[in-house]
Amino acid sequence: MAQQESSSLPRLSKPIIFVDKLSKTFSDGKIKAVDDVSFEVKEGEVFGFLGPNGAGKTTTINMLTTLLKPSSGNAEVCGYNVYKHPTEVRRSVGVVPQEYTADEEMTGYDNIILCADLYGMPRSDSKPHGEELLRLVELQDAANRKVSTYSGGMRRRLELACGLINYPTLLFLDEPTLGLDVQTRAAVWKYIRMLKDEYHMTLFMTTHYLEEADALCDRIAIIDHGHVVKIGSPEELKASVGGDVITVTVREATPDLSTDIAQIPLVRDVKNTAGTYRVKAEQGEEAAPEIMDLIRSKGMHVTKIALTKPTLDEAYLEFTGRQLREEETDRMSMFSQRVTMRRARS
Amino acid sequence: MDKNPSPVEDNRFREATVQEEVPRLANTTPLISPRPAPELNTSPLHGLWALTKRDLKKWFTNPYQLLITLIQPAVWLGLFGKALNFGSFISSTGASASAQNMILFNTFGTTSYFSFLACGMLASIILFTASFSGMSVVFDRRFGFLNKALSTPVGRGAVVMAKVFQSVGRSLSQAAIVLAIAVVLGMDTANFTILGVAGAFLFLFLMSMGLSSLFVMLALKSSNWQTQMAIINLLNLPLLFASNSLFPTTIMPSWLQAVVKVNPVSYSNDGVRQLLLGSPGFNALWFDYAYLFGFAAFFSIVGIVLSWRLLSK
Ligand SMILES: Nc1ncnc2c1ncn2[C@@H]1O[C@H](COP(=O)(O)OP(=O)(O)OP(=O)(O)O)[C@@H](O)[C@H]1O
Ligand SMILES: [Mg+2]
Repeated sequence: MAQQESSSLPRLSKPIIFVDKLSKTFSDGKIKAVDDVSFEVKEGEVFGFLGPNGAGKTTTINMLTTLLKPSSGNAEVCGYNVYKHPTEVRRSVGVVPQEYTADEEMTGYDNIILCADLYGMPRSDSKPHGEELLRLVELQDAANRKVSTYSGGMRRRLELACGLINYPTLLFLDEPTLGLDVQTRAAVWKYIRMLKDEYHMTLFMTTHYLEEADALCDRIAIIDHGHVVKIGSPEELKASVGGDVITVTVREATPDLSTDIAQIPLVRDVKNTAGTYRVKAEQGEEAAPEIMDLIRSKGMHVTKIALTKPTLDEAYLEFTGRQLREEETDRMSMFSQRVTMRRARS
Repeated sequence: MDKNPSPVEDNRFREATVQEEVPRLANTTPLISPRPAPELNTSPLHGLWALTKRDLKKWFTNPYQLLITLIQPAVWLGLFGKALNFGSFISSTGASASAQNMILFNTFGTTSYFSFLACGMLASIILFTASFSGMSVVFDRRFGFLNKALSTPVGRGAVVMAKVFQSVGRSLSQAAIVLAIAVVLGMDTANFTILGVAGAFLFLFLMSMGLSSLFVMLALKSSNWQTQMAIINLLNLPLLFASNSLFPTTIMPSWLQAVVKVNPVSYSNDGVRQLLLGSPGFNALWFDYAYLFGFAAFFSIVGIVLSWRLLSK
């Protein structure tokens, strides 16, 4: 957390997370939750695991945070092997789990202090630090209320504060915005950006929202059925689907300018249908003015122009053969059901 | 199922992105002051007290829970203990007062059945409280708290022992209340000494340690409270009835006597009655202590050893 400290530390030459052929099977090998997954996370980046229900995101996090023993493969977190030094791994990382784990019968403040105690932090430090973190997630006014009176968003923010109590250099966030409303989601995004930018933390997050992965992550791993199918920056993933699409409508139907437009260096592909050109280009913003200039130089008039960027939706579709959105409704209803079930039980 | 993103969905994210333009919090005053991470307590027992206190605090700030657990022994003492008046039962046969006392003393080790039962009730409250110690593990797993604790460097043994100690703390304080109620209701205090009461609570402590460890252990893997409830019912009443808590062993059939002889609850009762009522007892005090110490040590050690295996999946 300490800003000065992390900038003065020598950069690790090794990646902060190193995962090699990691697998986890359940029920005596019948369920392969995570299957032969390998990836690396560099210090200081936001790394996202993007995948649908049951893809193996939580299982991977549980293995990296030493809650689950891998069935095979190897993983190193913050320089510690998850088999040999689980306690050191736990000491160095923060975890914000998918589910609410705070004790409902205690206050927010007591919860965060208890967390600090479990890390073995001295009270002289955990008291001011706990208060700071509650202020960070804007819970200072609710700090002395029982968690059972908190809303879902407040609970999620409390989980975030608890995950930060031990000054982690690496924070695991499992679906940090699941089931949150617009404002809370925006707040969580803000915190995530702040942790990366101001406090130079490395974040490993999972999500099944493409928009979220796109907005927050430096690199994304698309995971499906326990396999990592693709790793890359959002831009790379989108680019691998194809470039930007520029749609230009010209008043004069003739002459056909397709071959001329195709001469422009950035342009990949041109299709003309009755005066409307569909142009695929690498950097759409730069290619579009050049296309307009070309059309005008021929004495013709552009009536309409549109630039569309490829979305991660398309990338996701391309790599998994499925659209993520189909599963979302299901997913949300399942989540709310789970919450209701818990409420009923307590 | 709509393949296209609904406008509502889209707006949600657009708004979120717009929010980003709001001035950054950290630009005004840093919310987390840059300070080096503190020296951590790395002893394997750190967090043990914090976890124990968490459960104990919840218990004593919830007076209903305390009241409900006290009702059962109080009712047994008040109704059962007072209604079963063996003295008048015997005198109605025409026996003299001294003969009556002799029969009572030979059967119960004291001339007051109520006092005999009061000692049994001390064991019973320990047994019932200890049996629910596993329930608290099940709920911690269910509500995610156990996973949170396990993702911190706190020792797995500390997690288990905290559950045992909170149960021991609760059961001993409840036993103290039950003893006070019994005295108020007319328990024979002629043989009470400070050392005797302390010794009696040492028996209760050992029994509570052993039973709590046993029930916590049985709950370590379970996330299903119905199963846990079934385990409690399966063990609880047999442990109580197949002991000398309610009736002396001598009036039981011999097959039952064999069971009673291995039941740790019987050893605790035997010792407690010697210390509080001056009863003759069936075993030497040291033997009762040794038996319960072995019981407590065995189950708490097995509990700690198993915690490493059962808590990591
Ligand atoms: N303890 C378990 N026993 C058996 N199967 C399990 C267990 N935990 C997870 N699984 C299975 O492993 C697969 C991956 O689960 P995981 O929770 O990692 O998915 P996820 O990507 O986090 O999904 P979600 O988005 O719903 O959180 C699922 O098919 C799940 O049923
Ligand atoms: Mg998950």
